Amino acid sequence: MSAGTAKLNVTVAEVKPINDLVTRFKFVRTGGGDLPTFSGGAHTVVEMQDGDITRLNAYSLMSNPADRGAYTISVRRDDQGRGGSKFMHSKVKEGMEMVISNPVNLFSLDLRAKKHLMLAGGIGITPFMAQMHQLSMMGGNFELHYSVRTASLGTYAKELAERYPGKVHIYHDDQKEAIDLKTLLANQPLGTHVYVCGPKGMINWVHGTAEEMGWPREAVHSEEFLAPASGKPFEVKCAVSNKIVQVGEHQSLLEALEAAGIDAPYLCRGGACGQCETNVIGYDGKFLHYDHWLTDEQKAGGKHIMPCVSRFEGKTLVLDR
Amino acid sequence: MTIQFNDETFHGDFTFKNSEWAIKRFPFPFHEDSYMYSVNMEPHTSYRPGSVFERTFDVDEHYVSEMKDRARVLANDPLRCQSLPHMTLAGWDLVELIMEAKAREYPDLFELHKDGNRWRWVNKPLGIDDTFTFLDESTLPYGPMEYITRQTQGDFAVLDQRDDNLWMDAGMVTTQADWSLDFDIGMNFFEWHAPVPKAHEMGIFVRALKFLLNIQQGQPARRLNWTMTVNPLLDTSPENYHKWGTMKQGLTMENIGEKQHLRVELQTFFRLPRSNALVFPIRCYLIRFEDLVTVPKWARRLHRVIRDLPEELATYKGFIDNRPLMVEYLSQFDDGSPTSDGIWPDDD
Repeated sequence: MSAGTAKLNVTVAEVKPINDLVTRFKFVRTGGGDLPTFSGGAHTVVEMQDGDITRLNAYSLMSNPADRGAYTISVRRDDQGRGGSKFMHSKVKEGMEMVISNPVNLFSLDLRAKKHLMLAGGIGITPFMAQMHQLSMMGGNFELHYSVRTASLGTYAKELAERYPGKVHIYHDDQKEAIDLKTLLANQPLGTHVYVCGPKGMINWVHGTAEEMGWPREAVHSEEFLAPASGKPFEVKCAVSNKIVQVGEHQSLLEALEAAGIDAPYLCRGGACGQCETNVIGYDGKFLHYDHWLTDEQKAGGKHIMPCVSRFEGKTLVLDR
Repeated sequence: MTIQFNDETFHGDFTFKNSEWAIKRFPFPFHEDSYMYSVNMEPHTSYRPGSVFERTFDVDEHYVSEMKDRARVLANDPLRCQSLPHMTLAGWDLVELIMEAKAREYPDLFELHKDGNRWRWVNKPLGIDDTFTFLDESTLPYGPMEYITRQTQGDFAVLDQRDDNLWMDAGMVTTQADWSLDFDIGMNFFEWHAPVPKAHEMGIFVRALKFLLNIQQGQPARRLNWTMTVNPLLDTSPENYHKWGTMKQGLTMENIGEKQHLRVELQTFFRLPRSNALVFPIRCYLIRFEDLVTVPKWARRLHRVIRDLPEELATYKGFIDNRPLMVEYLSQFDDGSPTSDGIWPDDD
């Protein structure tokens, strides 16, 4: 069975610019009624009908998980991106009907933790907002360290500091403020779990530093959704469905399969969850693996590809789809 | 339809009995004339009115007596129900899942009235009418998982999801096919499946785990599993093996039709929304051989499956010694004619 198919029909209840880059969207169930409860860290996949193209982008849910009346997400405009965030910023208006997926959580809290130490960079703040709602209701112990470029681009920084006094620490890049990670990690109580969401460099820095300092791998959690990279167009032969599919420059392989009516499972659409892993039957060329899922050995082996983010350059690629 | 609940026992005098209705809706697990492991999952959507696949949590004529049997087992061995401290939120998720489903699907038997977090739960078959505060443990007589699973047929394994694995961190297990929650508590998916033969080599568990980790909210899945049990025992636990293990001896051609039961588990899998845990209800259905052979297709097929089952599987499932007698008994009902595909009786 194919994942990623449980859908919710929603209406845009509010579109609110937060700063120069970030806009917040609020969804309610079309026709009224409750939305499903979710757990802090979950995302939803938003379907965008952009002309002939259906775009599917995953965004973290940032609202209070206990509030079943509405979901909110925040979208950072990426002018270099393939157009999903631009669509959200320019085309989505209040009152518009949209389709989103049921919540999926690939960045959940470890509820065994005695303390949750959260490290956010930029728009990576959003999953933590829902987690902090959840933890403050449960009386959980948490602390947020949030790195922003400038005060004016510090999405929600001010309101978080007010909502959770003493638990929120803001660092401004333009004022040369930075998280002192070594000191921070050195001073945590036993049973602390660390969570990081932000740019790739930040995630690697946190994992690397924690490992150097002897933190167990299982106590450090991260989430990074990749946006599918653009690249040269290529052609794929799908052996099961007996179709030849063209993948466009600004289209992912997964999107091209979907557009051709080929059933391809997915969850995160960002190279993290493994759901869309596809067997390669034959190839003549070079893989451009961008995912976090396959091991280096698998990437070198040429037998698997993650069509949500990875691409191919060369003569022929035959997939088991 | 209002269900007539049986007054019956699953121990001692073993008065358990299936009605004609229960025989006809029995979840016969073999879709072809042979059996081997597979990741035989399908979406748990409502299917075939009247069958055990119609409702989210099937309630049948054995409900009240099964709940009495559960209370009896728990009184003798409280460790059949355990929940590690971080699993309480998952217990509440389960309360919500079961109460909402039963109130929606069996409105004549169950009612749920919500006023914010103040919930009133009415369970007519068991004579329960409780008001409590959702997410406040102090307002229930038991922890949330124990409270609701004392009122729901089937065992429940509540699995925490972390480190790309599932962990048996809570459960209510009183109707099990020879496994122990107290032994497995805290184990991960590969650890608690370690005793299963063949399947590891076949890569079954790696694929099954990947599937389970990706089960989403609103998209439950199900599969059937099976074994054999002498006498209608719900509690075939390792803890009580000294009591039921000996019952496997003494089968004869005269008594096997009455004493030997096919035991089928309807296993379902649900993502729990607040905790992101996975709940794995394992519902046990029993049918004695003499009732099963009243369906000609099932009689022929069961004979062929048991006769041809690999030896490791018959050993693992605990009936290798009785297999010759089972085959001899069942062969009387197999005229060699072909059987149709699928699990359902032919007359449907």
